[in-house]
Amino acid sequence: MGTPMMELENLTKQYPHKNASGKNTYKTAVDKLTFSVGKGEAFGLLGPNGAGKTTTIRMLTLLMEPTSGTIRYDGQDARAHAQDIKRLIGVVPQHVNFDQDLTVGENMELHARLHHMGRREREARIHELLHYVELEDVKNDGVRRLSGGMKRRLLIMRALIHHPRVLFLDEPTVALDPQVRRRIWELIRTMKEQGVTVFLTTHYIEEAEALCDRVAMLSQGHLVDLDSPAHFKEKTGLPTLEDVFLKLTGKKVSS
Amino acid sequence: MSSFSGALFDIWTVFWRDWVVLKRRMTKFILSRMVAPMLYLVAFGWGLGRSIQVDSGTYLDFLVPGILALNSMNISFNSITPVHAERIYHKSLEEYIIAPIWPPAFVIGKVLAAVLRGLISSAIIFVLALAFGAHFFLTPAFLLVLVLNCAIFAEIGFLAAMKINTYEEMGQVNTYILLPMSFLCGTFFSTHALPDLVRYVIELLPLTHTSYLLRGIGAGQDVAMSSALVLAAYAVVCFLWGCHAFSRLRK
Repeated sequence: MGTPMMELENLTKQYPHKNASGKNTYKTAVDKLTFSVGKGEAFGLLGPNGAGKTTTIRMLTLLMEPTSGTIRYDGQDARAHAQDIKRLIGVVPQHVNFDQDLTVGENMELHARLHHMGRREREARIHELLHYVELEDVKNDGVRRLSGGMKRRLLIMRALIHHPRVLFLDEPTVALDPQVRRRIWELIRTMKEQGVTVFLTTHYIEEAEALCDRVAMLSQGHLVDLDSPAHFKEKTGLPTLEDVFLKLTGKKVSS
Repeated sequence: MSSFSGALFDIWTVFWRDWVVLKRRMTKFILSRMVAPMLYLVAFGWGLGRSIQVDSGTYLDFLVPGILALNSMNISFNSITPVHAERIYHKSLEEYIIAPIWPPAFVIGKVLAAVLRGLISSAIIFVLALAFGAHFFLTPAFLLVLVLNCAIFAEIGFLAAMKINTYEEMGQVNTYILLPMSFLCGTFFSTHALPDLVRYVIELLPLTHTSYLLRGIGAGQDVAMSSALVLAAYAVVCFLWGCHAFSRLRK
């Protein structure tokens, strides 16, 4: 794994919840997650819907406070150094969360401004990134006009504007056709080659196998096991990660 | 970038976003903001106003400060409520939460943008009121009261956007809070016409003090400083509450 970029210790999230008899109680979405992600590693969080993947990524990206537990980035406590850590990370959310009243270019510019980039730097970077994903022609179009694949590519480029050292992707290829999915995979691989630590959640087995150095399997908020895709298959003697997940949790990832 | 200049840059960034959107829609914004005040001026100023006696001047002179107060309230409040959709439906608010910005900068930037809209709308009413033959003094104090009123109701709109979870409930704030205030807070008639108990409650509300101050300053009369202090207190408390509500989103 190498030097840790990110360390989670007993990370827990509980939500207020009404039980079947209508009594106020708490539901545990993520339960005492403990693991580390190395610098430059591509790390996957694999699990079915409701496993706690998005809650985990929301805590790691400081969008949500954990109920308990700690997160450290490069040895720094995330709570105590929140502003520094926000400069380190780029986030590609599961839902398309562009500002619907702005154009493609303005959405990119807003993100660059929020990361305190100067005019020349942001203009050059926006040009470079839009050129890279062939979206320069739609720079002055409203984001509503983009296709699903274009929106996904743009979400990734927006997250990269400020040169993050850790890139979070929450279900980056959900509901995309295979061709667009491959294109996104290429982008993610390129980021990894450039030394960016990649943390992604997915419920697509082939995505985890294709992109991740290591995979954490999550079920009902618990960490079931963590290893490289090859080791998982080797130690269980099963041919696919789907079979491994089924054996470890009794459930299908796609369920 | 120092923390101070960083905070200013953050405020400018948040304001810049709203300015970009407003510039694109400026003509529509101005035209749409002319309709309600025009109707008020025609119906209550020209129509009903001819048969209403007030202590000094014409009813139109009495009415214009009230229309300015209620209109700046409505515009400022409604200018900031799209933040609700950004939080609940588009989730675009998350961009600001994960960005390394000074959190109060978001509240200040949004409030300033709403104040700007409130002031543009007020300028339209000034012009219309003069065209209708109204007389009033436009002084720095008059403008300051308008700015305070816009800021207070932008902050209240921001709070509603942070706390309320459905479109329907956002609409109810207009129905149950803004609409009654529009008519009862000294805008169309003096609060002295109200029963004592109702008047006591009405005088706790900021719009009543805005109407009172705008009318007094506009007529060139002395006004009570206590009303200005009430508005300042509302502005400070609502701002702090808004900042707290924004920081609570991560909970």
